[in-house]
Amino acid sequence: MTILSFTLILLCGAFLAGLLGSLTGLGGGVVIIPLLTLVFHVDIRYAIGTALVASIATSSGSASAYVKEGITNIRLGMFLEIATTTGAVVGAVIAVYLPTNVVAIIFGCVLIFSALMSFRKKMEYATDVDSSKLARQLRLNSAYPVNGDIVNYKVHHVPGGYFMMMFAGVMSGLLGIGSGALKVLAMDNIMRIPFKVSTTTSNFMIGVTAAASAVVYLQRGYISPGLCMPVVLGVLAGAFGGSKLLVRANVKWLRIVFSVVITFLALQMIYNGCTGKL
Amino acid sequence: MMKQFFSKHFLADKDIQLLIGKQLRLGVITSSLVVLIGGIIYLSRHGHELPSYKEFTGVREGLNNLPGIWQGVLDNKGMNIIQLGVVLLIATPIIRIAFSVVAFLIEKDYLYVVITLIVLGVIMFSMLGGLAG
Repeated sequence: MTILSFTLILLCGAFLAGLLGSLTGLGGGVVIIPLLTLVFHVDIRYAIGTALVASIATSSGSASAYVKEGITNIRLGMFLEIATTTGAVVGAVIAVYLPTNVVAIIFGCVLIFSALMSFRKKMEYATDVDSSKLARQLRLNSAYPVNGDIVNYKVHHVPGGYFMMMFAGVMSGLLGIGSGALKVLAMDNIMRIPFKVSTTTSNFMIGVTAAASAVVYLQRGYISPGLCMPVVLGVLAGAFGGSKLLVRANVKWLRIVFSVVITFLALQMIYNGCTGKL
Repeated sequence: MMKQFFSKHFLADKDIQLLIGKQLRLGVITSSLVVLIGGIIYLSRHGHELPSYKEFTGVREGLNNLPGIWQGVLDNKGMNIIQLGVVLLIATPIIRIAFSVVAFLIEKDYLYVVITLIVLGVIMFSMLGGLAG
């Protein structure tokens, strides 16, 4: 296979990943690493560098739309970015000391977790009860538009959410993914903020978190232009297409199929990690 | 009185949000165009060669630091132009942080000026701290 055909096939794969990722809300980055390592037999270190760059692209691209709508809680995002960026730097540093097959196994586990997370019941825990002094001091409580009305909400359990975010940051720096599922978990279940706010704020933070470790990986030689070119362009085009296509009616079956595919890929990553093939 | 204060505050936040949204979009569009241009040059010259990503060797010399990347861009190398686009992409959220510092300063929200500067500091440390190992 020549570089030209390799690039074109990878471009199509990345387009599909971006499209499905945006339609199902799982993000395109999650399938980039298994796509590169299992299908194209790319070394996992190159795959991590490429996926990081792809997650910056999709996060920044979609954040630009959400931020305008005023749903994103910028103060909350900013404050939690202290946790995610420090975590990401830690993750990038420990990545050097971990054997690549261990990274592959951890990646598989996080992937399965993300797939499961997409099926959880979307329980709205948000309340307007003011319980956290810290949230008040940090001015994290905010409001967001719902069908033309402005709805107030309060943020709870700030330290718990902060530490969960730090963990999400470590995973992001170690595996080269946005770890959106972990971020949403921290904000929905621990900090109890409205679902729409947590998804958009998590997405807002992914770019900065990924950039914090990408600057390390760039110097380490993990970020290869020959791989980034088709993956970034493909994922972006796919995500853009997905956002235009998004008919909210019936993505349920698509999410099921995509999650099954992801779980299958994850198991294969874990298997290959255990047998030392990755 | 309270309500007026709130709406004014909300308006200022809204302006910042619009600005941040624009900056992010501009960053993504610019960097993907640069990546595309570099990609066309790279493929037209090296498209017939064989890819080698099975063994990890790290990218070639000059693609892992800013002066090296820029030198290659001046020499019109496709790989380096792609990498310049990638650097612009990585810079997009970092520039967003720098923007936010200014925005919070204008809003006189000094607590968040400090918080945003901490995030910027962590990224700077990551960039310049010699963590590549």
